[in-house]
Amino acid sequence: MAVLSAVLASTHHPFYLKAVSMPPEQQIPQAAEWKRKVEAYRETLTRAKPDILVMVGADHFHQFFLDNYPTFLIGKAPRYDATFYNEEREFSIPKYVLEGHEDLSGFMLQGLMDRGFDMSFSNELKLDHSIICPIITTRPQADLPVVPVYTNIFAPPLPSPKRFWQLGRAIREIIDEYPSDKRIAAIGTGHLSLELGGPRQFGEHGPDPEFDRQAIEWLATGDIDAILKNVTHESMAKSGNATHGFMDLILMLGIAGPEKADYVDSLDLYHTMEAYLTWYPKAEAA
Amino acid sequence: MSKYYVDKFLYTVDRDPELMRRYKEDPRSLVTAWEQSIGPKLNDAERSTVNSLTEAERNALINHDYVALFEMGAHFFLSLTIFIGLYDEEWTQKHGPLSFQLDFAKRLQHWAGRDYPSVAT
Repeated sequence: MAVLSAVLASTHHPFYLKAVSMPPEQQIPQAAEWKRKVEAYRETLTRAKPDILVMVGADHFHQFFLDNYPTFLIGKAPRYDATFYNEEREFSIPKYVLEGHEDLSGFMLQGLMDRGFDMSFSNELKLDHSIICPIITTRPQADLPVVPVYTNIFAPPLPSPKRFWQLGRAIREIIDEYPSDKRIAAIGTGHLSLELGGPRQFGEHGPDPEFDRQAIEWLATGDIDAILKNVTHESMAKSGNATHGFMDLILMLGIAGPEKADYVDSLDLYHTMEAYLTWYPKAEAA
Repeated sequence: MSKYYVDKFLYTVDRDPELMRRYKEDPRSLVTAWEQSIGPKLNDAERSTVNSLTEAERNALINHDYVALFEMGAHFFLSLTIFIGLYDEEWTQKHGPLSFQLDFAKRLQHWAGRDYPSVAT
């Protein structure tokens, strides 16, 4: 059976590459520390020696729009283009082509259907920065095949936090059952408190630092009960209108299981708090 | 009211450099052209007959009025992205980095602490 060698859950800050690539005199004061933290986080993936990456993100109205917006979708394609014109324009993120892994995509799609998740799928998927940001931060050589999973954290009505957890649990079971000698890492990104296009955007900190602190603590201790007790669509909206991306981090905790994280780091930046968590599933440690 | 159609405007214009140029240079003529030939497009062969903008929505789009769009429940990500695309560069040159984004936030301060208009469509 395949080995789940690491689970990574982090925020994705689309300005990271731009922030650390500018001439030093134009960089924000935290740029050097940011780069250091990201490179330390990258090492948590490198040491897991993955062969395939299962990548969880959310399309930000790039390929998908309100005429047909999937709740949960899996990519099943031999390769994936990435980065749209308006992302290059705004974030200076380069274009990529990532190899796919159709066999694991198909196994995952069928496995999820068998477990009651009626997934949408795409055989021609162009990836956006929710997948490319973690490629830039954790695997910049972009040399591994990927299985992309998209969720709706964006276009209401959204699935519940509990459903994200359940989807994560199902993905874990399927990875554990995948008949292969490959090492799989699951990487997902979302947000802590975040405001976009509203009165609290681009402040000196994220819009709700208290939620951010608490959310990192919940993830770091694997406390899914506290998350499901306290986090609702309404509570997330109070923390910032785009905070619902936190549900992708709940999904990643679902893949890891209700366990303490093996690596936890964070960085308080303008606009958002960054969080970087990694779990090494127990079977691997034994 | 057609939040969906306002969002379709923001979505289709933001992703196309030529439409962005026209929306910046002459918003009224771009909005008119969009309503005639782009908004109704379902795909290369099919046209939809079911959507239209209200006068208030049309004016908000013509005036680049992101406060009105926020209050109508236009999707925050689409609205922020397109107006950053239109204004960030010149504001950064004149007033420094993030000046446009911070001014955008300031103009919405009367919504701080309140429930925002829903973006559900």
